[in-house]
Amino acid sequence: MPFHIPEPSEYPHYAVVMKGIVKQFPTVLANDHVDLYVRAGEIHAIVGENGAGKSTLMNLLYGLYTPDAGKIHINGKETLIKGPAEAIKAGIGMVHQHFMLVGPLTIAENIVLGEEPLDSWRFFDLKAAKKRVRELSETYGLHVDVDMRIEDIPVGTQQRVEILKTLYRGANILILDEPTAVLTPQEADELFVVLRNLTDKGKTIIFITHKLNEVMAISDNVTVMRLGKVTGRIPISETSPRQLANMMVGREVLLRVEKAEKKAGEAVLAVNGLHVKDNRGLEAVKDLSFTVHQGEILGIAGVAGNGQTELIEAIAGLRKKEKGKIELCGKDITHSSPRDIRELGLSHIPEDRYKHGLVKEFPVYYNILLGRHYLPPFSKNGFLRHKQVYERAKFLIKQFDVRPPSILMLAENLSGGNQQKMVVGREIDYQPRCMLVAQPTRGLDIGAIEYIHRTLIGLRDAGVGLLLVSMELEEIFSLSDRILIMFEGEFMGEAKPGEITLEEIGLAMAGTPLAEVRKTEAASAGKSETTRVES
Amino acid sequence: MSKGWQRIFIPLMAVVIALAIASVIILFIAEVPGPSTGNLWNDFWNQIGVRFSFLGRAFQAMFEGAFGSQFAWMNTVIRMTPLILTGLAVGFGFRAGVFNIGAEGQMAMGALMATIVAVNIPGLPMFVAIPVCMLTGMLAGGVWAGIAGFLKAKTGAHEVISTIMLNWIASNITNWAVTAPFATGSGTPKSPEIAVGAKLPILFSIEATFLSYGIIVAVLVAFVMYIILYKTSMGYEVKAVGFNPYAAEYGGIQVSKNLIMTMAISGALAGLAGTLESMGLYYRFYGTLTSGKGFDGISIALIGQNHPLGIIFASMLISGLRTGSNQMQFIGVPKHIVTIIQSIIIFLVAAERMVRTIMGWDRKKKVKDGLAKSAS
Ligand SMILES: Nc1ncnc2c1ncn2[C@@H]1O[C@H](COP(=O)(O)OP(=O)(O)O)[C@@H](O)[C@H]1O
Ligand SMILES: [Mg+2]
Repeated sequence: MPFHIPEPSEYPHYAVVMKGIVKQFPTVLANDHVDLYVRAGEIHAIVGENGAGKSTLMNLLYGLYTPDAGKIHINGKETLIKGPAEAIKAGIGMVHQHFMLVGPLTIAENIVLGEEPLDSWRFFDLKAAKKRVRELSETYGLHVDVDMRIEDIPVGTQQRVEILKTLYRGANILILDEPTAVLTPQEADELFVVLRNLTDKGKTIIFITHKLNEVMAISDNVTVMRLGKVTGRIPISETSPRQLANMMVGREVLLRVEKAEKKAGEAVLAVNGLHVKDNRGLEAVKDLSFTVHQGEILGIAGVAGNGQTELIEAIAGLRKKEKGKIELCGKDITHSSPRDIRELGLSHIPEDRYKHGLVKEFPVYYNILLGRHYLPPFSKNGFLRHKQVYERAKFLIKQFDVRPPSILMLAENLSGGNQQKMVVGREIDYQPRCMLVAQPTRGLDIGAIEYIHRTLIGLRDAGVGLLLVSMELEEIFSLSDRILIMFEGEFMGEAKPGEITLEEIGLAMAGTPLAEVRKTEAASAGKSETTRVES
Repeated sequence: MSKGWQRIFIPLMAVVIALAIASVIILFIAEVPGPSTGNLWNDFWNQIGVRFSFLGRAFQAMFEGAFGSQFAWMNTVIRMTPLILTGLAVGFGFRAGVFNIGAEGQMAMGALMATIVAVNIPGLPMFVAIPVCMLTGMLAGGVWAGIAGFLKAKTGAHEVISTIMLNWIASNITNWAVTAPFATGSGTPKSPEIAVGAKLPILFSIEATFLSYGIIVAVLVAFVMYIILYKTSMGYEVKAVGFNPYAAEYGGIQVSKNLIMTMAISGALAGLAGTLESMGLYYRFYGTLTSGKGFDGISIALIGQNHPLGIIFASMLISGLRTGSNQMQFIGVPKHIVTIIQSIIIFLVAAERMVRTIMGWDRKKKVKDGLAKSAS
């Protein structure tokens, strides 16, 4: 059965109907006659690449923007939503990607904030607040300890608090904008259980994501967007990730890069007993040892903020090492400068391209020069040789498909994906023997991700040793030859991608050593239930 | 409008607006009683006419005072010489992301040290004495600024604070030097005259006024700075550190070494400004030798948009205004009007954002960004 497009007479069965929505930003037509039909009580996914217009559509629904054209029907009634206050009145709640919670306040206080229950003296009634919140959390199976302070609870729980907040304000229609971006796989699974609970209780959920496996796992229907237009609408039972991906990108894409088995060669990067502190002076990397070999990608999986950044910066020479030893191709680089390390054959795709990867005020060709500005053929007797630089830059932006292909354009005027392609191209052009790759595809769309993944595999096949850090498990799985799981500055275990499940890796990312995870599994083998670690 | 044009247009606009505001002020303060006819209406129009013709004469006087004759030109160029160098000093710092407020102190230290050497080398031939004195002055200014650079690189002490403090120290050292150990004569505190060999040769003179080769040195330095900034790896490093020190470090550039070096170069230029004043104009060190020219460097760097050529024109503008203001004073416009003009120009240039917003350039820039993004 294909997706049913309702007649106006059927609108009362639909929680949200958006018809012909147009939103023009000064330069982008963010929504171009978008229609959205969300049945009451369903989980409706909206998928699309970055910049497809998903958030804009939701912000229109939540009253943060006003549409240039189009109508919105809520539960069959045409509704004019002029602001979030009216959206809340119409029963719409939105959980933004960045939570809006007050750290030092408790969960209960955060949830009632703005609509606090008052006692007979018209003072804040904390008891009543806690009671209301407890009731809510019972009703919807969203378990939280109402007395905990926000700053002390993990992100997964904070997200629940955000959901409870919308429910407290009487939301019947919940919008979740990329809710799983900050979660571990376990936390994401828990979120899905919660969402199912909510729909069982009659709530309607609009779920935005660009992760296709999540769409498949949780939603009833999906609307696909691309460049401001709807490119597909389909019940989930009738589609596949591949089809969705094609609708998103508008062409065939490889979801997983193909990668030949390859024997790893000699060690190129050897880290031994490394200790590194973070900016606050706390130990962020605790006694780590590992080796990256020629022709292999060693992936480090982990939730952001578990010492990955400090590890990479320490190897690149950008951060002081407290203890330990780092060798690159047999040479001790523990205390070498970034320049010496680069010259020995280490290049680096940095985690934060705006901070480290580029000078946004520089034109593209100057950015491509970064790190080699003093070396021949780009420099001679201290003078820059612009002709050589231009030629190299032109060659690279063509090879790496940086668009628009103008080497004189300022880097800040490129889109994120093209900036990243520029950085990747530059770092590969070093012809490194070892490469640090941190979050290489953060914020990029599927097309660019595919391209960068294939490039990295190509490097590996050419014999470069790569150390990959990523928050995207999918990426770690599809690229790595070996995976190390990092938690609070330590490794929880090592595995090959074919020999570990997403669930095991998730548990290890949450702090259980892999060996223990496997022991518990062995012990409970036969039982269908798996152990859950409360995060 | 392209970015390059904007860089020229903004200071030009600022000058035009500043002159317009100054005109209004001059119209009001003109002390020109027109003939009284007893008819209010006629008197009013008379007043208007008289005041406007006064304004015309005021500007004519200013222009002629600055550029109207060889003598005027010469005076403007004499004043311009140190301003080019302090402007370059501050501008070079800005390029590397440091704000050198200390050009005044560096200029004083450079001039003092160069003068001490120049006084004590009688008999040395010119081709030895002149380079030695210049290098001494540059070294002194460079070390003085280098202290601030070093403090910033090693301890994070902000250069604005440390250079201001160094200004005071320099001011006290130089004042003490010319009142006690190094003093001569009476009246204004001053040093003895420098050796003949250390005097810069004269390029051009009219009666007692002379223009030394200092201006050639200043223009050459601007040219060298242009080459360094735009044609060398060193300039690349300076600019990278100025825009984004994190990316610079990632790209293998030693940020702290660069900071100290930039400060030292900046200070050396300011020191040279002072040195040329001593070697090419006063032939001695005066307590009042710097008299704010180091601080003028900040305005000039801003007006000149930190570009060597822009700095030369900005110096010409400021020194022209000042030279011209003398002439203007003769016909009854207070000299301070020039200070007002200069302040408004700097205000407008510094408040570049404002001009951008008024002209709508920011919006257009966003449009361009957006197009670039949507094209990807
Ligand atoms: N406030 C805004 N002003 C201008 N352009 C915007 C604004 N918000 C979003 N855009 C643009 O609209 C397009 C759609 O953005 P968005 O809805 O955030 O996409 P998505 O959520 O699907 O990634 C993008 O090209 C984005 O740059
Ligand atoms: Mg979005």
